[in-house]
Amino acid sequence: MKIGVSSSGNNMEALVDPRFGRCTYFVLVDSESMQFEAVPNLAATSGSGAGIQAAQTIAGKQVQVLITGNVGPNAFRALSAAGITVITGASGKVREVIEKYKKGLLSETREPTVRGHFGMGAGRGHGRRRGQ
Amino acid sequence: MIVAIASGKGGTGKTTVAVNMALSLKDVQLLDCDVEEPNVHLLLHLNINEEKTVYVSTPQVNEELCDHCGKCGEFCQYNAIFVSPEKVLVFRELCSSCGGCVIVCPRKAISEEQHRIGALKCGSAGDLEVVYGELNVGEPMAVPVISEVKKQIKSDKTVILDSPPGTSCPAIVSVKRSDFCVLVTEPTPFGLHDLKIMVQVLKDMEIPFGVVVNRAGIGDKKVYEYCEEKNIPILLEIPHRRKIAELYSKGVPFSLEMPEWKPKFQKLFREVRKLADK
Repeated sequence: MKIGVSSSGNNMEALVDPRFGRCTYFVLVDSESMQFEAVPNLAATSGSGAGIQAAQTIAGKQVQVLITGNVGPNAFRALSAAGITVITGASGKVREVIEKYKKGLLSETREPTVRGHFGMGAGRGHGRRRGQ
Repeated sequence: MIVAIASGKGGTGKTTVAVNMALSLKDVQLLDCDVEEPNVHLLLHLNINEEKTVYVSTPQVNEELCDHCGKCGEFCQYNAIFVSPEKVLVFRELCSSCGGCVIVCPRKAISEEQHRIGALKCGSAGDLEVVYGELNVGEPMAVPVISEVKKQIKSDKTVILDSPPGTSCPAIVSVKRSDFCVLVTEPTPFGLHDLKIMVQVLKDMEIPFGVVVNRAGIGDKKVYEYCEEKNIPILLEIPHRRKIAELYSKGVPFSLEMPEWKPKFQKLFREVRKLADK
């Protein structure tokens, strides 16, 4: 089975990136052979719809299970439509979360865990700033 | 001539300046481009004579024709389309209605559907012509409504355009193609911070500008120091007065009750015209 993990680095020892749409890499792991491939996440700097673009990337790689920290509503809708099982709340090294998943210690998420724009950080955009 | 009133920071007095300036001049068309919170009409008793619904086009995918090749999703710079092997999802709130997906689809599976996002209202208050837009609650794209408001511009008139606050798309599209921009600020660190960003925007857009200091007397001197340093003209100061605030709170443009202000707004406009012609 092909498992995708949102990651801050391009290998199995890197830490899980808690953001899905704006993580740095996806580490894609074959759960039987433990062979992996690291794919840079081009959505990380996207202006809008990063979660959707990231979902498109991993769906295109035939990922069946996604392990991450959080997913927003748009990403969750897209991942569900692509039939990808979503697991959230993961932390630690990529290798560790894969092992945990294989032992059945991680369970599927049935709904988005954060609102949109979670991974964008504070202070983006110049909004209305009324009465400040 | 088109004069945009903008600010960066919200609540500095853009609408106050726009409305009072409009009431002090002749042959004026006043446009409220703050379609998220239009309020020019609250200060003027308008007779509305035309109302129009504003629509945007968003893609609709015919799943029977679609073979899920993914070209539409790849094309979309806003990531508004997700293509899975069995299904296409359209995220309407991300779509900017460019129509590119319709063009790139090799199987002609995408058509456009019209979606209602707001309204356009045209009216008058005495001799003053007023146009404003209203974006429906929950709609994220203000620009199409602002563009509809700006389509009503009558170039033979003096056009005064009240912009939304901020320095993102709605503010940019509002001030675009104006002959001059009046930046209303307050003399506080917050006013100055956002004024500086807007100054940068206008320099990039090559629109000439000047500053009106509202609530003069509060805060500090930093706005004045900044304008002096950057050679930005201060066109008018409106003092922080209880009477002006009280009139505002009752929805009365203060120059109607304080007629000594009309010549000041007329002088402001003369100054604007002079600077725009340079």
